[in-house]
Amino acid sequence: MREVAIDEITQAVRDLFIDANCTLGEDVVLALQQALEKEESAIGKEVLTELIENARIAQQEVMPICQDTGLAVVFVELGQDVHLMEGDLTEAITQGVRDGYRDGYLRPSICHCFTRQNTGDNTPVIIHLEVVPGDRVKIIVLPKGGGSENMSGIRMLASAAGLEGVKEFIVQRVKESGANPCPPIIVGVGIGGTFDQAALIAKKALLRPVGSTNANLELAAMEADLLARINDLGIGPSGYGGRTTALAVHVEMIPCHIASLPVAVNIQCHAHRHKEKVL
Amino acid sequence: MRKEHVITKRITLPLTDEIVGGLRMGDNILITGIIYTARDTAHQRLIELIDKGAELPFDIQGQIIYYVGPTPPKPGQPIGSAGPTTSGRMDAYTHRLIEQGLKGMIGKGQRSQAVRDSMKKYKAVYFGATGGAGALLSKRIKKAEVIAFADLGPEAIRRLEVEDFPAVVINDIYGKDLYDEGVKRFAR
Repeated sequence: MREVAIDEITQAVRDLFIDANCTLGEDVVLALQQALEKEESAIGKEVLTELIENARIAQQEVMPICQDTGLAVVFVELGQDVHLMEGDLTEAITQGVRDGYRDGYLRPSICHCFTRQNTGDNTPVIIHLEVVPGDRVKIIVLPKGGGSENMSGIRMLASAAGLEGVKEFIVQRVKESGANPCPPIIVGVGIGGTFDQAALIAKKALLRPVGSTNANLELAAMEADLLARINDLGIGPSGYGGRTTALAVHVEMIPCHIASLPVAVNIQCHAHRHKEKVL
Repeated sequence: MRKEHVITKRITLPLTDEIVGGLRMGDNILITGIIYTARDTAHQRLIELIDKGAELPFDIQGQIIYYVGPTPPKPGQPIGSAGPTTSGRMDAYTHRLIEQGLKGMIGKGQRSQAVRDSMKKYKAVYFGATGGAGALLSKRIKKAEVIAFADLGPEAIRRLEVEDFPAVVINDIYGKDLYDEGVKRFAR
């Protein structure tokens, strides 16, 4: 049994949210640079150039890449041989979000569903906890913007829809989203499981490095085909028309019920922010 | 590779029929002057004021509303990151504001047919700013002051002084739409 002080979790969550919001991952910056080389639309090239410059300014000045600093999503992989000392895990993470959004000058973006009154400190947090073997704690933060999240969708397809039906649903979702989710986007896809699990693995799929190839050959082929079809939509950077509509498509799949074929599409903007730390 | 070039024009606010008449879909525009911020809840409140016959918190004639909820400024900054939010959520309110004299909007994402019709009828334009470029865009905002609905925090109405604020004409007064045209050109 290894002891981890709960305050370390709060500190890590605070630091990770500030870092994630101000420093775009190198994988995303590289993907934007590669897209700029290939883009044929003049206005699309300008947008991509702005996005690369925006990421540089944000990192240099430690200011948010985007004003939508997101709903705070935290994935925790808690080693089963860890003993968390002196405190409540949920509260520790919540406090880390409060601290990070205050100290990092991040925008509080959470409100009551109907009165629209802002909670003021960007809480509550969405926490996904998984107990894993080992004596470490891995914390992954994903500040998720509203514009792209709003364009996400889930469908419980009939099994007869098959692979092609799944692909059509995904491409259609991106097409209907148009310029709203801030293309070029990253498309997280979850296939299988239950209604909730499909959505969760779609979100987790976003966390894989942009530009990486799926280890599962069947899914790698699906991702390549989907990416080509999505980029053939012509939506382009900012939706002004162009070759780069998505930087990547990441698919995760698990078996489903014999009556079901769930598919979830979690859309992520180009300001694809996530950071992680192992304690 | 296709050859094309983008035209850049500078405009100084407020907008007039003459200025908007010279703007064409796809033009790059550098905007200088005063603009006002408003997003979801601020729009709802503006419409409530109009319904009551009350005065709006700013004279809307010839003005531009920027759909943005900025991050809090760090000490020494006029404003934090300040990129556009999705405009479609404001569609339900936009016609009423255009009727009152609103002449321009800055946001991202396509507008409803009803809004596009209003823009054509009343000679108003819709500009796109690059979504997710909040740090870059904040550099073109020289001053920011909350003028109404301070209780809404990031959603309060702010008066912004902008200098060469970069935007693209999405909908001109001639009925053209850059999202439709752009996709048509590049779809395969």
